[in-house]
Formats: sequence, structure tokens, C-alpha cells
Amino acid sequence: MATKKTAVWEWKIVKRAVWDAFLKLNPRKMMGNPVMFVVEVGSVITTALLFRGGAAFKFNLQITLWLWFTVLFANFAEAMAEGRGKAQADTLRKARSETLANRLLDSGQIEKIPSSKLRAGDLVLVSACEFIPSDGEIVEGVASVDESAITGESAPVIREAGGDRSAVTGGTRVLSDQIKVKITSNPGESFLDRMIALVEGAERQKTPNEIALNILLAGLTIIFLLAVITLQPFAIYSGSPQTVFVLVSLLVCLIPTTIGGLLSAIGIAGMDRLIQHNVLAMSGRAVEAAGDVNTLLLDKTGTITLGNRQASRFITAPGITEAELADAAQLSSLADETPEGRSIVVLAKEKYGLRGRELSSHEAQFVPFSAQTRMSGVNLDGFEIRKGAVDAIQKYVSLNGRGFAEQVQEHVDQIARSGGTPLVVAERGRGVLGVIELKDVVKGGMRERFDQLRAIGIRTVMITGDNPLTAAAIAREAGVDDFLAQATPRDKMDLIKREQAGGKLVAMTGDGTNDAPALAQADVGVAMNTGTQAAKEAGNMVDLDSNPTKLIEVVKIGKQLLMTRGALTTFSISNDVAKYFAIIPAMFAGTFPVLNALNIMRLQTSQSAVLSAVIFNALIIIALIPLALRGVKYRPMPAAELLRRNLLIYGVGGIIVPFLGIKLIDMLITRIGLA
Amino acid sequence: MKKNLVTAVLMTIATTILLGIVYPLVVTGIARVIFPDEANGQLVQRNERIIGSRILGQAFTGPGYFHSRRSAAGNGYDAANSGGTNLGPTNQKLIERVREDTASLQAENPGRPIPVDLVTASASGLDPHISPATAEFQIPRVARERGITEEQTRQLVVKHTVGRQFGFLGERRVNVLELNLELDSNYPLKETKR
Amino acid sequence: MTANGWFQIAFFLLLILAVTKPMGVFMARVFNREKTFMDPALRPIERLLYRVTGVDENHEMRWTEYAVAMLLFSAVSMLVLYLMQRAQAFLPFNPQKLAGVAPALAFNTAASFTTNTNWQNYSGETTMSYFTQMAGLAYHNFVSAAVGIAVAIVFIRGLAWREVETIGNFWVDLVRSCLWVLLPFCIVGALALVSQGVVQNLKPYDTVKLIEPQQVQKADANGKPVVRPDGKPVMDKVTARTIAQGPVASQEIIKEWGTNGGGFFNANSAHPFENPTPLSNLIELFCIFAISAGLTYTLGRMTGSPRHGWAVWAAMAILFFVGVSVTYWAEARGNPLLPGGVDQRVSAAQSGGNMEGKEIRFGIANTALWATVTTDASCGAINGWHDSFTPLGGMVPLVNIMLSEVIFGGVGAGMYGVLIYIVLAVFIAGLMVGRTPEYLGKKIEAYDVKMAMLVVLVFPLVILGFSAISAVKGFGTSSILNPGPHGLSEILYSFTSQAGNNGSAFAGLNTNTLWYNTAGGITMLVGRFLMILPMLAIAGSLARKKYVPASRGTFPVTTPLFTALLIGVILIVGALTFFPALSLGPILEHLLMAAGKTF
Repeated sequence: MATKKTAVWEWKIVKRAVWDAFLKLNPRKMMGNPVMFVVEVGSVITTALLFRGGAAFKFNLQITLWLWFTVLFANFAEAMAEGRGKAQADTLRKARSETLANRLLDSGQIEKIPSSKLRAGDLVLVSACEFIPSDGEIVEGVASVDESAITGESAPVIREAGGDRSAVTGGTRVLSDQIKVKITSNPGESFLDRMIALVEGAERQKTPNEIALNILLAGLTIIFLLAVITLQPFAIYSGSPQTVFVLVSLLVCLIPTTIGGLLSAIGIAGMDRLIQHNVLAMSGRAVEAAGDVNTLLLDKTGTITLGNRQASRFITAPGITEAELADAAQLSSLADETPEGRSIVVLAKEKYGLRGRELSSHEAQFVPFSAQTRMSGVNLDGFEIRKGAVDAIQKYVSLNGRGFAEQVQEHVDQIARSGGTPLVVAERGRGVLGVIELKDVVKGGMRERFDQLRAIGIRTVMITGDNPLTAAAIAREAGVDDFLAQATPRDKMDLIKREQAGGKLVAMTGDGTNDAPALAQADVGVAMNTGTQAAKEAGNMVDLDSNPTKLIEVVKIGKQLLMTRGALTTFSISNDVAKYFAIIPAMFAGTFPVLNALNIMRLQTSQSAVLSAVIFNALIIIALIPLALRGVKYRPMPAAELLRRNLLIYGVGGIIVPFLGIKLIDMLITRIGLA
Repeated sequence: MKKNLVTAVLMTIATTILLGIVYPLVVTGIARVIFPDEANGQLVQRNERIIGSRILGQAFTGPGYFHSRRSAAGNGYDAANSGGTNLGPTNQKLIERVREDTASLQAENPGRPIPVDLVTASASGLDPHISPATAEFQIPRVARERGITEEQTRQLVVKHTVGRQFGFLGERRVNVLELNLELDSNYPLKETKR
Repeated sequence: MTANGWFQIAFFLLLILAVTKPMGVFMARVFNREKTFMDPALRPIERLLYRVTGVDENHEMRWTEYAVAMLLFSAVSMLVLYLMQRAQAFLPFNPQKLAGVAPALAFNTAASFTTNTNWQNYSGETTMSYFTQMAGLAYHNFVSAAVGIAVAIVFIRGLAWREVETIGNFWVDLVRSCLWVLLPFCIVGALALVSQGVVQNLKPYDTVKLIEPQQVQKADANGKPVVRPDGKPVMDKVTARTIAQGPVASQEIIKEWGTNGGGFFNANSAHPFENPTPLSNLIELFCIFAISAGLTYTLGRMTGSPRHGWAVWAAMAILFFVGVSVTYWAEARGNPLLPGGVDQRVSAAQSGGNMEGKEIRFGIANTALWATVTTDASCGAINGWHDSFTPLGGMVPLVNIMLSEVIFGGVGAGMYGVLIYIVLAVFIAGLMVGRTPEYLGKKIEAYDVKMAMLVVLVFPLVILGFSAISAVKGFGTSSILNPGPHGLSEILYSFTSQAGNNGSAFAGLNTNTLWYNTAGGITMLVGRFLMILPMLAIAGSLARKKYVPASRGTFPVTTPLFTALLIGVILIVGALTFFPALSLGPILEHLLMAAGKTF
């Protein structure tokens, strides 16, 4: 997959984010984030009071400035998260630029109209070197298409009418041939439009967990608002009333500004990480659901196995040596560029030390595979070797007056039973030489990945059209937890419903039209970009690379998104302990010097203590932007271990770090004379 | 809603009869039969008159008696008005009071540390007990007033010292009323000083 | 501190450990309507009650109907209690001919006992007739406890039941609580207390001829001491005293068993007639925790995860132990401000320490233990005055209530309180392991978090809000007995205790005033019902949800890590909310006391 690594601090993005941070001060926008809205209101109040003058102007001014910085830093974090998306959107917009489309009229004539005028149902002709004007389905023809504008992948892909590779996307370019495309989307609703909106975050809606977390944070904010507002009467009772500046400072330090300031950045960055993996999530809900997935349905072909069968064994016919068979098989495959053919050459070489021979075309005549004969082979020095499907070879040998040995038939049956594909090799003069067993090959590293998934509590189910025996064999080899053999789309659907009835969340990938219902039913349905339009519409994610294995990455990103939120919430709340120890003694030690016993950080003065806490509170937002954008480190491990680790880092760490930070800032600002 | 309202009313009546009247009356009846003395407050009679409850403290201030602790029940050991001082640890009034009591107690028994329960008020204001230390502190005075030896007095104190229940529950303590009653019967005061 | 003191504390905790499982199993059976050994005796009474009150025991209620039934019952029974107090002069069992209770006080008391608070702005022996005590106050000790247990059971059902709209029948839960869980034990326990000397009679107060006539300050009609012009008090000679009596044991036992805490007498469980011996003390302490501890096991059993129940139990036990240790330590150290001649050291002859407001038979260890237990639970009975505790010793009870009494907690109330903390803990933990948070297979979603936050919010709102007003207004500060930071603690404690439906007090504060009667009454009602309603809403929402089977990706709620997390959440939420207020109350007082300052 093409993972584009972008540095967090990219100058262009930073520049734009700084400007956006100011624009986001608009209170109407701030209202959506209750925590930061409270900070903004606090900043406004202190600013207003600042102009009324009074004692300690220098201190009050600094407090006011840092309160504003706190808001700006939070806005900046959000703008940074949006920045990368915006940059990407700009590129996409270029691809969307107006093109002229060749619309086919009912009369058969061609009319040139701007692509923006195209409606769903229109038919257009697209020739080589032209941009496809809008999303559609190829109804006629085959073409190689450059989809780099969307996927970032420069290698062209083949798109053809009929089957599961018929969808084309507006903004991509036809490199060769001509196709007739039926437009499937109206202006403004195309894939590109949706993608731009997605990466820009314009359509971003809060996800369920984000809403719940927001409620929690709003609740905490109200609690601290109560604690601080009522502190003034208590302070008056104690004969030590406080200034508004100090009270607002305490409030801002206590409410969870760290997570409040970074919450939306985390969400945006999570979507962005998906986009960097070339996965488009149609909703944040889907990303979160990915983190919750209990069951992964994986198609065998292409996901678990390489998708191509490979030669694994030579089985001889009676009277033939293995070397003879291998030699013949290799000869017949030398010019066969299919993966199967190549794997035969390789097997012969590895098992029998037969080197690939250079055969020039005048001595050898290669017979390519054709749909009529369903055989391929070679004619060489009067020999004629053929390999092919059982019935084709049967016909071939019987034409040459040779029989089909019973043992060979047995081998053939046995291979078929165990899920392999038998390929029979015959020589014109000698009849059947033997059988090549072609087997599915499980991709490297799959077992480890499934083990990881199991460690985090995700069950993998392999979906295959194979018979149960074969399926079981491959399932065992790949290390999946379960399999669904001879699966029809209906079976797949039933499986999903069954899992869901048990309270489980199911993720799957699919590309064909017949996958569409299952994709829609699954909690996370990742459609392959190469797939049909129906599949893409049914799923809630589209993988631009069309790499089914990526489901695993999607799950990881979903989990990482939630973890980052949880970790920063914990960190934010833990921070309050140190802030109390900084501010409370500072507030009252003037009246009650004994309270300095609580000043365990030994901060210099009351003013420096309050200021240091406020500065720390603001700077920590900036300091955590990279973490918010990258997400916390995710390692596949059981939840209990994961929690222990995160609690240690973000909970215990969250208690300790501010003690150090505030002390450090206190030393610094007293040294340079700010307080 | 309406059905539940009717049920609420009926339920209140029915359960009040069961839990508020039948239950306490049943318990009272059984208690009277099997623990008649305890159920009625372990009253002590002398000359046909009730002179106290074995488990309620009384004020003793005369020098010939072992003194009870300070009491904030009503105007002191009012068994119809229990309570404590509720003075906080930093309250000037508490510190002053303890200081005054300490001064007079030190005069009575110079050089001896004063057990804390002797200068603090009990929670109920009806604490029937003093600590063995407080009893010990008062032995010289009581012995002197009654014209007996300290050893005789101490023997009585030891007799009325209650150990921990089952050997570990609660604290060692001396029942002041019982101790003073036995003092009166064994070694009556020669004359009333007051 | 003494080895014997620690042993008594450890022994108590062991007793609680021992009772947890049998009690838990029993309650699970009772509320699952399975057979118990008491059925032959109780089923007929139960059926009779349903017949009389028109309850269909097979009717299942949605959470809304359940809430309405609960509210109606509470309202009706509260009204009855109010009227009973007002009219007690005309009702039977009033040998002292006590007059009707004044309206504001009657309201406060009715609110107080309906909400399981048992805050007492009156002295029992001088205000309430035997009838009011039995049929009014002790009665509410039963039903308010039963309501608490019912709500806790409903919450547990919400977790245990799957994809259902209903959560049980309020009337059935109420009746089964009363008949199975409360009444039988109370009969046995009351007699056990009588054996120790707790009185149980209906006779008039006794008059005692004093052995030694007593000199007392003469008081005027208002109870104010009469003084001579030179400031010296006028003395009076008293030769007889009255001993208050009453049906105490039957009320005493349910007062603790149902964590109510309203004393028959003003001195509550410090009074020798309520709590005469160390054994009666242990029995009463045991009663305060027994049901709540059992409910942790009920939680585990009904949800099919007994180990989760134990994990919650462990968190509670640890918090209990920390609290009792701090109080014991602080009280045993004594008061440094007392003059040097006073011996506060522990010895074989005395328990030493801060003995102001404590009883000899209990000493420091048992009073510290009681103060912790009564505030861990929402009991509020006392055997020593918290107001006279050292600042830190008194802060522990205050903090215990501020943590919303989830350390075993009030019967039912402790369980549903801790479930709120668990919901929050699980929510944060769930996020941290990268899953939508779930608790025992139920997803915790925005609605549940919203309701949980509502519960969490109500508490500081009433406590801090009313305390803040009281701290700066004359009608608030004039009630203070102990000036300085301690006065702030008194105010804080009063609203904390009432919001938490505890009922214990820093009793120096005179709360029998219009402001405190009214604000307190509101605080108690809010603290009870505004908490129960969202709680029932969560229960309803949980019951509707699908069950998500646990996997290795699910954060386990049965481990020491969960216990630690729960403790952390309880402490952090509680401490962060109240730390500023505490720093100006007990913490400041402690530091000033160490510096030798008095007020």
C-alpha cells in the first residue's frame, strides 16, 4: 500500500493553520467546543477587566495573553489537522477542473457539453488521453486508466465493461482505447466531490464516541466552573478574596483544555490517516466502528492467498519418471507468462534442478492458451507437449489414440478434492505424462497478522467458494479462526447477520455487485475502488488501492483514534493534580502562610505560580499536537495490557509531567523577570 | 399513574401497620420476656427509689466521689437531653475550658499528667465510664476524703474496671456510678461537705 | 494507635468479607424471585400485601413507570410522615405528651427520613413521641432503605437483562426488600441489641433521684443561662433527673441495617441506651456495611461475573481501609493545642488521643472506625461527634461523603453510586483500549454518559452552591459554632451530608433555622431523587441494549487493574471537585492547628 508519510510540521500547512487559528475565534464556531468556549469567554472577561486598570497590570496582562494563546493553540491544532486535508483537497480540485464531455445522444450523434452539465444516466464516449468527465460505469469497451489523481498510484489500471472492474471515476484519465461510459452521478455528488468534502472535513460530523466524550468533558467543565465560582465565597469567608484573573486562571487550568483543544484535531487526523492509507471513509462512525470490530470477513482469494494458484507437486502417470514429467512440464511452460506457468518453471527448477532453457523460436513453437483448446504447450523437434484442464487433455490424448490411465484419473480426483487444481501434462507420442498440482499459496506473514488480531480479540473468518475440505486446509494453513466454504453471497449475508445478532461488529471487504448487500449490512464495509459502483455505494469505506488486506490497517486506525482520545482525556484530567498544588497555595498563602505547605513545587511567588500553571496549560496543547495528529502508538496486545500501559504513560505520566513542567516554567519566568 | 397512586396510598398504610406498629410491638413484647432488665434501661434502685441506670452516667462533683467526665447533655448529665459540646479542635472555648480544668486538676494532684478523658466532654454527655487512668488519677483525693487508704480505694477501682469484651472489643473502663455506689456502701462519707 | 485497635478494625473487615457472599446470594435469589428458606413464612404476607394494595406481581414496568411509582410512594409516605409529626399530640404512644412538631422542622424531618438521610434538626427524646418514632421515623428507615435497594437492583438488572424494555416491578421490589432483606434480620438483631442493654419499652420517662445533688447553671425559658450582673452564672440545684426511654432497639437495628442513621436520641449511637457495649457497637457497625457489601456480590452474581463483584468489593475495601487509617491516625495523635499537662498518649490505662466528643467504651479506634463506616455508607449514625474530631480526622468523613458514599455505601445507594463511577471509569478505559466502551457487555453510549454526568453534577451543584451562599450570608454564618476554617467545614459538612443523604453532621452548626431547614430539605430531596431518576434512565437504557460478548479486546472488569482504575476515578472525580473548598476548610485548619492557632 502507498503510505505517504507527511511530516507533522510542514511549513505550508503551519502558515495556513496560524491564520485559520484566528479565524476560528468566531464565538459561533467556538460554541461547538464547550471547553474551549469557556476559555474564550474567560479571555474576553479578563481582557475587558484589563482595561479597567488596577494593580498588578503586568501579571494580569500576561495572564490575559496566555489565556488567548490557549484558545489560539487549540484552534491551531484543529487547523493543523485540517491543513493536510485541505492541501490534498486542492490537488483533487485541480482534477475536478472543467472538461468537455462527448455525450452520446439518442440519435447516435455526439454532443460536446461541459462535464458539469452531465446528469446521471447520460452516456459519454471517452477516448485515449481524455479525462473521464464524471463517475460512471463502462458499458462498452476496455481501457487502461490512469487513476493517480485519486489513488496517487502511477501504474495504470485496466477497466472494462461487464464484471467487477467496470467503475470509473471522474477526474481520472484514459490512457488507451476508447470506452463508452454511463454516468452514474449528478454534478456535485461525484466521488471526487465527496472525496474533497471528506478530506477537507467539511462534512465532518461528530462520531458517537466523540459525542459521548464531549458530554463528559462538558460535564467536567461545569463541575470545575462550580468549584471555581463557589471558591470565591469560601475565599471571602476566609478573608482572602481573589481577583477575577486568578479565578479565571484556575478555571482554565482545571477544565480539560488539553483534550478539549485537541479533540477535533484527533478526529480529523484519524480520518486523515485513513486517507493516507488510501482509504476513504464515508463517515467517522465507520472509522470508530472499525475499532470495535469483533469479526473480520476476509475473502480468501487475493486477501489470504496470493490469488494465483501455484504448482506444488508433480505426480507421474504409470511408467513415467518424475524427472521426465518435470522436464516436459517445464518445457511446456517456458513461454507461459501466466503466474501458473511461471510457478511450474520454478518448481521444476527447485525440485529437479532443471534450469530454464533458452529455446529460440525456430526450434520451438509455443502454443498459447486459447479458450477453444483450453490447453497450452510447445511443439519442439517433432515433440508436441500440452498441458491443460483434465477434460481438454482427455480429448487431446484420445484424438491421438491414447487412453487416460486410471491412476491419473485418481490423482486428478484427489487433487480436486483437496482443493488444488489439477493440470494434466501429455505428450503427443506418449500420452499422459502426469499431473501438476496447482495449489493456493497463502501470503507470507498472514499467520502472524491473524495472531495479532486474535490477541486484540478479533476473530477472522475466511470466505471462499472452495469446498469445505479445501477451505479447511487453507484456513488451517493461514491460521484464520473460521471459514465459510462454498460461500454464496447469501451465505455471506447470513453469516454477517448471525454475528451481529450475537452483538458482534463485522467488517468485510468486497468488490462485486453481488457483495453489495453484505457490504451494506456489515458494520464496516470496505469496497475496492476497482469494484462496481454498487459495491462502492453499499460500503462505508472505499479502498483506493483495492487491497483487501488493508482491512486490518483500518481496524488499527479505528482503534488508534479512540485510544488517542482516551489517552489525552486521562492525561488532561491527571494534569489537574499538579495545577491544584500550584494555584491553591498561591491564592491563599498571602493570607495564610501555612498553606505554603501545599506548595510542594516550591514555586517562587504567587504570581509566578499562577502564571506558570497557565503557561504550562497552554503550551501542553502545542506540545501534544504531534501526538494528536499521529495518534498514540498502537501495539496489538490484549486490552488489559494495553490499558495498563496507557494508564501508566498517560495517567501516571499525566500526574508527573506538569509538576516538572510548571516548576521549569516557574524557574524560567522568574529568571527572565516576567513574574 | 392513577393506579400507582392508589397503590402508593394503600402500600403506605399497609406497610406502616406491618413495619411501623406490628414489628416494634412484637419486638417489645419478646424483649420484655427474655431481657426484662435490659429492655427497661438497667435501672438501679435504692430505698425503693430509682437512683439511676447502670449504663447512664451521672454527675459527681463532690471530692469524695470519683468524678464523671464533662457532660454537655442539657446542663450536664441530663438523661432526657443527650449530646456533646461539638467544640472543634481549634476552638478557643475548648482550649480555654481544658486549660481551666487542667489548672484546677493539677492543683489537686500536682505533678501527675491528667488523663485526657478527664478534661474532655463525652459524646453522649451520659458516658457512664471513665478510663482506668482517670480513676487512678482520682484515687488519692477520694481516699483522703473517705479516710481510707489508696490501696483500699484502688481495690474497688480494679473491681469495677471492665476489660475489653471477649478480650479485644472496645476499651478498658470503670463504671463511675457503680464504683461510687460501692464506695458509699463500703466506706460511707463521714459528713457531707456541702 | 494500638495493635488492639488495628485488630478490631481488621476483625470488622473480615466479618464484612465473610457476610458478602451469603448476603449477596440471598439478595440475588430474592430479587430473581427464586426460592429462599424464608418463603414459607413470608410468601403469605407478601401475597396478602399485594391483594390489599392491588398489585399485580407479574406486571413488568418500563423505567419511566418504575420511576413514577417510586416517586408517588415517596411523596405519599413523606406526606404521611409530615402529618404524623404535626398531629402527634393526638396520636397514641405519647407518654411524655410531646406537642406537635413545628411546620418547617416537620418538613425538614419528613424530607430527611424519606430520602434515607435522617438529618436531624431535633433531639429525638425531647421532640418525637413514641408513635412518631415507630410508625413514622423507624417505618421510613425500612421503606427508604427498601427503595434504595430496589433502585440498585434495577441498575443491576439493566446490566444483566438483554434487549428488554422493562426493568421489574417497583412494588414487588419494595415489598421483597422489606420482607426478605430487612424485616427478619431486624427482629433478630433488635433482640441481640436488647441483650446488650439497648432499651425497648413504651413506658414513660423514668425519674431518678440523684445520689449527689447537682449544681447546674440556671436557664431561662429559652434555654439561655441566666447570669448575674457581674457575669457569673446563676446556679441551681438539681436533685432529680429524667431518663428518656422508648422502643429504641427496634429502631436502632433498622437505623444501621438500612443505613439510615437517625438516632432515637440526640446523641445517636453514642448514647448508652442506643449503643451500650463494644459488642453492640460491633453489631451496629456490621449492620451498616452488610447489605451494601452483599450487593457487590449480587452485582457479580446477577450479571454472571462474580469476580467483577469482588473487584468492586476490593476497591471499596481499599478505600475504606485508607480512610479509617487516616482517621485513626489523626484522632490517636490527639489535639496539639491542649495544654501540656494533659496526657493524650495511649497506655494500658487509657486510649488517649482526641477524646473530646468520644465515649470511653469505644475509645479512639472504635470511634474512628465508626466515623469512617457511617460516612462510607450513607448511614450517618454517629458514636462520637465529628465536629470535635481533629481537622484531618474530620476531613475523612467529609471526603467519604463527597465521594458520594460509594465505599460500600448506603443500602442500594452505594451500589448505584459506584455503578456511576464504574460507567465513567469504563468509558475512559474503553477509549484507551481503542473500543467503544462497554461494561459487562453493554455499550456505554452518549445517552448513558449524559445521565451519568447528570448524577455526578447534581452533587457539587447543591453542596457547593448552598455552602457558598451560607459562607457569605449572615443567615448562614450566624449558625456556626466553631469559628475560623472549622466553621467552613461545618457548613460544607452540613450540605455534603444532606446531599449525600448521610445525615451525620458537624453538629455544632445550628441548622434548625429557616434557611438551613429549607435549603437542607431541598438538598436532601435533590440529592436523593435527582440522582435516582437519571440512574433509572441508565438502567432502562442498558436493559434495552444488546449484549456484546467479551473478547480479548475488551477491557476486563475483574482484575486488580480495574480495581485500581476504579479507585483512581473515584478519588480524582471527588478530589478534584472539592479540593479548593477542602483546602480552605479542614486542610487549612490542620495547618493552622499545627502552627498553634486557635479561633
